[in-house]
Amino acid sequence: MAVNTKPKLVDDAALSVRGLTVDLPKGMERAHAVENISFDLKRGQILCIIGESGSGKSVTANTIMGLLPKVIRVSSGSIHLDGTAIIGASPKKLRDMRGRVVSMIFQDPLSALNPLMTVGEQITEAMAAHGVGTKASRRSRAVELLTEVGLPDPELMYFQYPFRLSGGQRQRVMIAMALTLEPSVLIADEPTTALDVTTQAQILELIRDIQRRKGMSVMFITHDFGVVAEIADSVVVMEKGRIVEQGSAEQVLKSPTHAYTKRLIAAVPRLTGEDRIPQDTVSKATILKVEGLAKTYRSGSALFGSQRVVPAVNDVSFDLAHGRTLGVVGESGSGKSSLGRLLIKLQDSDGGRILFEGNDIAKLSESEFRPLRPRIQMIFQDPFASLNPRSTIGQILTVGPVAHGMSYSQAREEARALLSHVGLDAGAFGRYPHEFSGGQRQRIGIARALMFKPTLLVADEAVSALDVSIQAQILELLDKIQRETGVSMIFITHDLRVASQICDEIAVMQKGRIVEHGPPSQIFLDPQSAYTRELVAAIPGERPRSTRPIAANV
Amino acid sequence: MTAIAANSNLDRWWNSRTARRFMSHHLALLGMVMIALLTLACVLGPYLLPYDSLYIDLRARFAPPLTGSHYLGTDPLGRDVAARLFMAGRISLLVGFSAMLLSTLIGTLVGVIAGYRGGWLGMALMRTVDGFLSFPSIFLVLALAAALKPSPIMITVVIAVSSWMEVARIVEAEVRSLREREFVQAGRMLGLSGTHIMFREILPNAIGPIIVAATLTVARAILMEAYISFLGYGIQPPLPSWGNMLNGAQQYLGTAPWLAIIPGAAITIAVTSFNFIGDGLRDAFDVRGD
Repeated sequence: MAVNTKPKLVDDAALSVRGLTVDLPKGMERAHAVENISFDLKRGQILCIIGESGSGKSVTANTIMGLLPKVIRVSSGSIHLDGTAIIGASPKKLRDMRGRVVSMIFQDPLSALNPLMTVGEQITEAMAAHGVGTKASRRSRAVELLTEVGLPDPELMYFQYPFRLSGGQRQRVMIAMALTLEPSVLIADEPTTALDVTTQAQILELIRDIQRRKGMSVMFITHDFGVVAEIADSVVVMEKGRIVEQGSAEQVLKSPTHAYTKRLIAAVPRLTGEDRIPQDTVSKATILKVEGLAKTYRSGSALFGSQRVVPAVNDVSFDLAHGRTLGVVGESGSGKSSLGRLLIKLQDSDGGRILFEGNDIAKLSESEFRPLRPRIQMIFQDPFASLNPRSTIGQILTVGPVAHGMSYSQAREEARALLSHVGLDAGAFGRYPHEFSGGQRQRIGIARALMFKPTLLVADEAVSALDVSIQAQILELLDKIQRETGVSMIFITHDLRVASQICDEIAVMQKGRIVEHGPPSQIFLDPQSAYTRELVAAIPGERPRSTRPIAANV
Repeated sequence: MTAIAANSNLDRWWNSRTARRFMSHHLALLGMVMIALLTLACVLGPYLLPYDSLYIDLRARFAPPLTGSHYLGTDPLGRDVAARLFMAGRISLLVGFSAMLLSTLIGTLVGVIAGYRGGWLGMALMRTVDGFLSFPSIFLVLALAAALKPSPIMITVVIAVSSWMEVARIVEAEVRSLREREFVQAGRMLGLSGTHIMFREILPNAIGPIIVAATLTVARAILMEAYISFLGYGIQPPLPSWGNMLNGAQQYLGTAPWLAIIPGAAITIAVTSFNFIGDGLRDAFDVRGD
């Protein structure tokens, strides 16, 4: 134990950060990645660091691990891990501490695992690097760890390669690796962000469970207040490199004091069990009727018997009325995105009918369908990939209408009007996509879809790549557009909380099939299928508050 | 309107990281300077020199360099080597450059269509590429050159026909990955025609690798022209080219070495410079270089 003038503090805190400032290289949007931040991670507790993208939360984690890129430097402050000063320590000393005293799990388990090494090799590697144990003892320890993180068949798992595992299993392997040397502090950098909601719930439970069993201290980085509510003992809220608020989870979540925290909490999509009040002004006529839609992916060769057949969309049927929104929710691989692509005919279906305004569009060829394309438009998921980087915003917006015969000057006028309608200034017209933020780009994507005044909008994970505060704004914009134009929407998302906010009806998909279909009140308060119940239960954070007694339906 | 758009495009490029990376690649800058000087010399040189490249002066045969105003000496017919070198440079650079344009055009067209359409058409096009690649190109070129009447245009076409495959492969691979990007899907959603998507949406995003391949193709084309002309199937005397100047120098290697050294040096400088530029561009377009 190091001699310290404040023994109580050191004893109490596994990790202590004081006045830490990390500089960014010159020419970046701000001078410091983090500025004068101080916090303590108490022994045997889970500390959540929450913030939106660019808040400096990952830089903090990397500084503690001593993993900062060379161009980013610590300019002042101190970090003590188990009483040992990290800043200024030699690289050799840091390397000795990594894994043994502190270790880290990452957001993307696929890229954090070495694809050419078996699971067992990756776990034993850390022990070997620190010269712990013999070959045989390392092996048995690895198997023990794999059992501990709840992987099936640990003996077999030892010899598996990462590509054979699911996302959740890979994250379990990462956790096993991090636990190898029994570190006293575990840093988790968005470990569940890339996972499905049910898997996320399992991993959160595993982390909490291990933390309790081993009395470990965990620093958990996230952008999701739902996750914070699930596991945090105390919370640090960061904005633009500064800590704006910290305290116990109870206090920060229930009575936030700082305006930013309040805004962030208010922006978190809440699961509402209330049904959306339909607009009376729009007719009840059906705009889209889907019957027995099917799509099967085939890979490999039928000739050599190595063919893999994956039914992506299997016998899907639903109706959508004018001016209403149907939410399609499901986990990755459920076929919800394939369904979206089939509906706007970016892919051809194998069977079934898509009756759009009474006509079956499923069987139309590309050239027959082209005149109808303006009526069905799509908002894409990735605001960075969905705009052509070499086109100006003006070109992106006008190219479609001009191709369908509108004069350029008219298209330009409409584009300018639409830009201001979605909340961008008309000066955006001549600029390039890279000059805009993610949220602004998504607005451009929405404007592009609205250029034709479509009657049906398909939004494929349209807010998934955005920060929560931006997410709330975009949802609001979509709602406003629907109320003004009476457009019908198919809203595809993996996030049930988002779906609960904007949808009139929700269809839950699993393995290509719709397993349940109904209004939000049914899906969230009184789910009929086991799968929906599982999904709803896995949502992090609070349970839905019902406006009517749940017991009535039980 | 378009002029302004092009202008802002240029500005954007100039201020971009790509430009900065290229400007910090010293060999590429050296290459640029050398090519600029060489081109300038070939364009203006003949007007500044006192002798015409075809003027025969039998009294001044085999004059070594720096004899009077024969700065680079004379050849067996007493023609001024400097004048011939620059005239030859015009032909060689022009053939190299035109061959590059033509082969890049063919390669890009084939690559974009094969990459975007895929299916049996893409298959057929790419197997054609494989077919062309499986010929030893130098023999293909020689066979073609022997069968056809050699003229600068013919030579250009022959070289282009044997060097478009690399561009096609690069473009095909690039387009195939760009095709899956969301902005391409968005183009389809808007109801844009396939041609529009291929050439207006996708192609501008593949321009980096195409420029790199094109630059390296110039170097190869110059070399190829020199090779064919050296073997006597290319540019025919009295029209000079660097290759046939070398050919004519063969028998005087011992007595008048400058006849071989001078056009040889010109070829080396041109080819290495283009290769340097190509390397510089490759590094500049490679994002990982940052």
